[in-house]
Amino acid sequence: MGLAVWIAAYAALEPFADSALALLALTRQTRLGEAVHFFIYDTPKVLLLLTGIVFVMGVIHTFIAPERTRALLSGRRLGLGNVMAATLGIVTPFCSCSAVPLFIGFLSAGVPLGVTFSFLIAAPMVNEIALALLFGLFGWKVAALYLGLGLTVAITAGLVIGRMGMEEHLEDWVRAMQGTQSAAFDPAKPCWDERVASGLAHVKSIVGKVWPYILLGIAVGAAIHGYVPEDFMASIMGKEAPWWSLPAAVAIGVPMYSNAAGIIPIVEALLGKGAALGTVLAFMMSVIALSLPEMIILRKVLKPRLIATFASVVAAGILLVGYVFNALL
Amino acid sequence: MQIKVLGTGCANCRSTVALIEEAAQAKGIAIEIAKVEDLKEIMSYGVMSTPGVVINGKVVHAGGIPTRDLIDGWLK
Repeated sequence: MGLAVWIAAYAALEPFADSALALLALTRQTRLGEAVHFFIYDTPKVLLLLTGIVFVMGVIHTFIAPERTRALLSGRRLGLGNVMAATLGIVTPFCSCSAVPLFIGFLSAGVPLGVTFSFLIAAPMVNEIALALLFGLFGWKVAALYLGLGLTVAITAGLVIGRMGMEEHLEDWVRAMQGTQSAAFDPAKPCWDERVASGLAHVKSIVGKVWPYILLGIAVGAAIHGYVPEDFMASIMGKEAPWWSLPAAVAIGVPMYSNAAGIIPIVEALLGKGAALGTVLAFMMSVIALSLPEMIILRKVLKPRLIATFASVVAAGILLVGYVFNALL
Repeated sequence: MQIKVLGTGCANCRSTVALIEEAAQAKGIAIEIAKVEDLKEIMSYGVMSTPGVVINGKVVHAGGIPTRDLIDGWLK
């Protein structure tokens, strides 16, 4: 039922935008008309996609509790373990404040350090909101590329950290807990009604929180679409910008802290003014995947050298993604 | 009734405490509620995703704000 409504609404987007434009006596040939069309077509489109993706994620969450993920990863070796961990990192539900308990919980169940890092990196890096936005504004190819590269960074970074054998740089009390897991809390298995309810609750909490940011972002994007010269940012962050513009964007993004929703208006504004997609994506990933507050929390369980390694390996991965995007698109 | 809410101090943990207090008050049940923020202690319950809820020493919930129905079920 809900699915049918969703598909019908999605199919009606373009005709709806066209007729709304006609009603306002505007045509797409004028600047104002183009800006208005962009706004009334893209807003419902992005919101619909976001609702769809977030709902599916909410349902998937009921299948993959963190306890389940841990059981799946326990005792895995580097390699396949990293691939599984990164994939599970995208779909396992947990809030950022759970990152540390999760980290220790994984280690204590015998999940190798490198595999645990793949999980922890993938989770914020491949973000469902960013995925929906890329899908809506740039098409499925860009969204798929983002997903694939995000996974690649998480897998590779975890492999590198695992190979470096940095267990001695865990805080001592954490190290003592490695592989000592006793019986853990086992959550009840939900039925299908509960799974759908969880999907809807997820939509309510995520979409309910981010829609003003998206609206604002698209409004800014629409205004820019018609008026501000498109190459405004091109010389600093565009494709023909010097090679250092990408590392600079990542360096600015790493200490910054924002969730995906807050960064969206900035991303849209930058793109609208001619910044290259790879540079903007790298900036966005560095803001949401690495942050100063997170490092401070991680300091409780990791010694400084391991934190520094973690941050630089992830930053290097993000840089790589940025260069690949700029080269391909 | 002794209730502990496990969490490193994020907004979700605070709303969980508030929700439980509200539900207990509505039912007129006396509870003793404490927030556990120490990581080692949280880990000792085998909970990985916060907020977690412990009632009389037993973990009844982990990962996310519990629903009102769920809380009412605990307060009997």
